[in-house]
Amino acid sequence: MTQAVRDAPVAAARRFNLGAVAPFLALALICALGATANGRFLSFDNITNVFARSTFIAAIAVGETLVITAGGLDLSVGAMAAFVAGLEILFLNSGLIDNPTLLIIAAMTLSLGVGALCGLFNGLTSTIGKIEPFIVTLGTMGIFRSLLTWLAQGGSITIRNNDVRAAYRQVYFGDLFGVPYPVLVILGVAIVGAFILYSTAYGRHVRAVGSNEDVARYSGINVARVRTITYVLQGLCVAIAVVVYVPRLSSASAATGLGWELMAITAVVVGGTRLKGGVGRVWGTIAGALILEVIGNIMLLSNLVSEYLIGAVQGAIIIIAMLAQRGLARGR
Amino acid sequence: MPEPREPIEPQSDPNRQDPLARPAEPVLEAVGLSRAFGPVEVLSDVSLVVRGGEVHAIIGENGAGKSTLMKILSGHLTPTRGVLKLDGAPVALAGPVDAERRGIVLVHQEIMLAADLTIAENMFLGRETRRGLALDDRAMNRRANEAMRAFGVDTPVDVPVERLSIAQRQLAQIARALAVPHRVAIFDEPTASLTPVETKALLGLIRDLKARGVAILYISHRLEEVNAVADVVTVLRDGKKVATRPAAELTPVDMARLMVGRDLLALYPPRSPAPSGAPTLEVAHFGAEGYVEDASFAVRPGEILGFSGLVGAGRTELFEALFGLRKGSGEIRLDGRPQTWPDARAGMRAGVVYLTEDRKSKGLLLEEELSLNLTLAALDKYRRGPLVDRAKEAKALDAAIQRFDIRVGDTNLLAGQMSGGNQQKLLLAKMMELDPRVVVIDEPTRGIDIGAKQQIYRFIAAMAAEGRSVIVISSEMAELIGVCHRIVVMRNGRIAGEVAGEAMTEHAIVVLATGVDTGIGGGVA
Repeated sequence: MTQAVRDAPVAAARRFNLGAVAPFLALALICALGATANGRFLSFDNITNVFARSTFIAAIAVGETLVITAGGLDLSVGAMAAFVAGLEILFLNSGLIDNPTLLIIAAMTLSLGVGALCGLFNGLTSTIGKIEPFIVTLGTMGIFRSLLTWLAQGGSITIRNNDVRAAYRQVYFGDLFGVPYPVLVILGVAIVGAFILYSTAYGRHVRAVGSNEDVARYSGINVARVRTITYVLQGLCVAIAVVVYVPRLSSASAATGLGWELMAITAVVVGGTRLKGGVGRVWGTIAGALILEVIGNIMLLSNLVSEYLIGAVQGAIIIIAMLAQRGLARGR
Repeated sequence: MPEPREPIEPQSDPNRQDPLARPAEPVLEAVGLSRAFGPVEVLSDVSLVVRGGEVHAIIGENGAGKSTLMKILSGHLTPTRGVLKLDGAPVALAGPVDAERRGIVLVHQEIMLAADLTIAENMFLGRETRRGLALDDRAMNRRANEAMRAFGVDTPVDVPVERLSIAQRQLAQIARALAVPHRVAIFDEPTASLTPVETKALLGLIRDLKARGVAILYISHRLEEVNAVADVVTVLRDGKKVATRPAAELTPVDMARLMVGRDLLALYPPRSPAPSGAPTLEVAHFGAEGYVEDASFAVRPGEILGFSGLVGAGRTELFEALFGLRKGSGEIRLDGRPQTWPDARAGMRAGVVYLTEDRKSKGLLLEEELSLNLTLAALDKYRRGPLVDRAKEAKALDAAIQRFDIRVGDTNLLAGQMSGGNQQKLLLAKMMELDPRVVVIDEPTRGIDIGAKQQIYRFIAAMAAEGRSVIVISSEMAELIGVCHRIVVMRNGRIAGEVAGEAMTEHAIVVLATGVDTGIGGGVA
């Protein structure tokens, strides 16, 4: 008993968690660096551009945060995005609905449905089939990407109707009171994600399952159900990213979403979520996604480093982030 | 021969030596050791001498500083003040590896084995026997086998540790520590998850070490055991040394008094008369795949039913299968109505809960806060729509801290930062959130100090008094005899028999548990 009392001040000090703040500090630092490197960095256009471009990874990474917090992993998100985008464009080209607005709304709904189903497939295969999520999603990653390539016959699928294309462009390029829609999407997804993870009973179960599956099971929590739902939510997040992505290029090809899974996982880990589960940081993930995009942006704006090295820099970031996490953990 | 309440005969050890009459050479000496964490000192000015061929027991309540002292003596911690002497010369231990190199080995309380490796692989981890470039598995298995045989239990040394019971793992861990050449052996609660048979073997092994001149430090909550094996006893309380005395001069009651600093009330609460109502839970012909066959029993409202048996008898497996935590089949009836419980949730909904023996890895989320742990199984009670009502949770935690006397200074503590006793109380509180009608508690007092034990027994009695049915699974026969109305004994996956009332003696239980009248019940010594 005395031990516990003695631990108390230390625990209270620990409540201010550097790990939770670190990604935001890093983001601020990198932004300051960008501002000194190039004056145009802080321009309104550039900032909104960075936000808009990071929407896809940010939205997907929020889903990945839930999956990883529950002790899972989803490698199929990039391929899933390409597959969902392909289906959405095929639907837009089908001309089943004459009114462009209604057609777009129907296409978006279809995307969300398909995303959720893809996620459900991942979830059920890994939980009921009792297969490592790494393997399951490695498999579906190949399946989704190949399906898209087949649908596109090796080429690309493009929105053919110009009216539809023009109307849909608003979703990516439009704004509400000056705030671009993609920024609103990031905010919305993050708020909902954080709400689910931190405020709901389900979110608590997600953390418990990732923290210690046995304890969750012995506490009467349906571990398979909790995990499966995280994959469904992940599928929805991918679909949301797709819905915003399609109007940007109006096209999908075998190269769509290539490497997004790695960027999403990087954003999650950089944001302070623990890769082995139990601790999830939704807002940290958003910061992580922004860090990735800002660094790419700075490299484009300045001539310090060749932009061909973006992948190397992003790869270095994930390693540095892990080392920093390790350092913070050791300080405990 | 059977002596139910005083199972261990302190004077029955012929090897016992009077350290004052025949002082051996001091091997390890602590002079004025203190250790502070931040501003608080958890160990102050503790001195003691450990001699070769002597068993020196350290006793004290949780938080008394025993673990800190052991960690300093084994190189895991450095003292903030004071000196450590080895063979009379001051020594600064650079770490546990340095300590081992100097011949000081620590047998950890927590089981620290790689679960996917076998006993033999674990035992020789980092110092594997080789033949040329290849590992000599045969030699390592043989030596591991010999080491395990010394405990008198037949344990396969070539299957992953994961598949072994906790007691088998604990023995493997002890064998692993002792495989290092050593002059000082420190045992930290080595018998916490052992049954009497293995405990007896372990104490025998300790006497062998002693005969070979090894200096032994022994920490245990089981005072009878200390009484049986120790030559010298040092009592710690609140980080300070209270006394060092020859063990022969102390009875378990004296030790308890010194530890707590006051007279303990009776350890066990007064027993209520055996209830006679219609059974709440009835189990018939129940089997747990690979562990238990054809188990039938029933428990009445207000009754405390014990489950005894040797390690591997299938007690835990029976109840885990009953609650859908592992594969099993058979008839379950609650108030006469047939039940099927495919998972723990189903049992909980019906009003039946199981408290795992493995509270650290299956019972509590050690890295989470107390309130989260408290409400995890009964989260539906704390929901407002999809939301968790934090204020209601905080209130529930305050209530649970009051009711179960969970001693924490700060309610924001993480579960893993509390002592074992407090963790057990929290686990109890967590399951009582479900307001169950049948409570199954597996090893309710493993690794917790005597004060907390006494409280747990009272909580168990109170649950029964409220009309709940309580099932206690325990390897400590004395506690089953102390609190239960009736004890079911298991052997090799089957129910071997049942004892009740005056017939509940250690001897009777051991006869049922082993199937032979070995006379073990007469005492561990």
